[in-house]
Amino acid sequence: MNDGVLARIGRTTIEILGTLGGLMILFVRILRALFPPRYDKRETWRAFYKVGVRSYSIVIVTALFTGAIMVIQAGHFVVKYQATSFTGWAAGFAVLAEIGPVLIGLMFSGRVGANNTAELGTMVVTEQIDALRTLAIEPVHYLVVPRFLAMIVMLFLLTALGDLFALLGGAITADLMIDVPFSIFLRQVATAGLMEEYLIGLMKGSLFGMSIAVTSCYFGLNVRGGATGVGRAVNSSVVGSAIGIFVVDFAVGATWVSNLL
Amino acid sequence: MIRATGISKSFKGQVVLDDVSVEVRRGHVLGLIGPGGAGKSLLIKIMCGLVEPDKGQVLVGDDDIAELDFSALARLRERFGMLFQNYALFDFMTVGENVAFPLEQRGDVAADEIRRRVAERLSDVQLGGIEALFPRELSGGMKKRVALARATIAAAPILLYDDPTAGLDPVTSSKIFELIDHLHDHEGATVIAGHDIDRMAAVCDEWLMIYEGRIRFRGDTAAAKRSEDPIVRTFFQGGEDLHQ
Repeated sequence: MNDGVLARIGRTTIEILGTLGGLMILFVRILRALFPPRYDKRETWRAFYKVGVRSYSIVIVTALFTGAIMVIQAGHFVVKYQATSFTGWAAGFAVLAEIGPVLIGLMFSGRVGANNTAELGTMVVTEQIDALRTLAIEPVHYLVVPRFLAMIVMLFLLTALGDLFALLGGAITADLMIDVPFSIFLRQVATAGLMEEYLIGLMKGSLFGMSIAVTSCYFGLNVRGGATGVGRAVNSSVVGSAIGIFVVDFAVGATWVSNLL
Repeated sequence: MIRATGISKSFKGQVVLDDVSVEVRRGHVLGLIGPGGAGKSLLIKIMCGLVEPDKGQVLVGDDDIAELDFSALARLRERFGMLFQNYALFDFMTVGENVAFPLEQRGDVAADEIRRRVAERLSDVQLGGIEALFPRELSGGMKKRVALARATIAAAPILLYDDPTAGLDPVTSSKIFELIDHLHDHEGATVIAGHDIDRMAAVCDEWLMIYEGRIRFRGDTAAAKRSEDPIVRTFFQGGEDLHQ
């Protein structure tokens, strides 16, 4: 019994270390492909379009509700303690620095990351990756680097867009539910001195994009076992990306706070 | 032209290829046969450097694949054209883009010339005018022919066909082998892996049969028919399931 448990723990530990090692190797190979740049421009534009243009609607919806929920959660206490002048600051702080980037990142990983893993995994299963290699094309240069760049840039831009809509959602909710006028809410946000939080949130967006790109490409390129394998890889990719987002969020948050102290 | 010597490969302790040697000479067409799972596709992938063997050596011309660095291996792969069992057409590209891809990646052919050669090669495989379609809009036989056009458009001297008629009806299968014969470069070398002995016999000069990871037969069609090995006879005459 104990042997079985120990063996399982050992196997799981080896699997996790193997995955972490594989992620690091892929990350290094991506960086090496970037200097000097060796990637296909047409495929890069295609990745930017797929990653960005097709994701903005889901980001807007997520952000609107995120801002609204922040105000609803805070609303009860704001009214109770007559602290309506802090509504914009509180919602803005939470949305710009933390909740906005994290929720947008999670939505992005569920949509774009999962799709990316499924696409690369299907390419492995249907021998398209082998076909690229036969044509003397390195899949990391041709497929991974464009996705890596697209996810970093686009999650930065989508986070900026999401922040705007989250504040808009918060302002509308504040106006409708706790009688803080729309314009007053936005003025509170604008005068709350949240530029640093805003920039930290954008930086998190880019780092989340990097983490999602490496994780989703890694699991996609390492698919084994046909359609079932693709399903397993997508599952691992979504879980891995979510863990990556929280680890990056913790690392950035801890670094930021330690600099403030 | 291509010589693999003493190739062995195992996966998770299971031996798939055990000390297999094969040579394909200029102008020859080798038929690689054996029951499903015998390691034919694996041997083809080892021959073009897609899979590294556990043991053995692959020479393409005078180049030892194992000793090539990344860029040298990339240059060597330009000497191969390959038709994959699952077509391996890029589903995010149109038919025209798929067929043009090997030429575009070479970078030394003008865009007009690429367009002309794509149209010409598609009409060779009797699919003229479908450049704008996507692979998902094609039938299995059409996909195979598009894959054949892509594998041969760059006039690579070594052509590898992995089960070119898998899953196709007899009429389409015959058509595919006619095209393979038509597109065969007599200055190059061709390897065809498959089970369709009758149709392959019209194209192949010699045979290599892999059975349970090892070479069971090597020779021409006449020698295969004369063989007293019951496994070889059964395979060439069809009928019994070799797994039984």
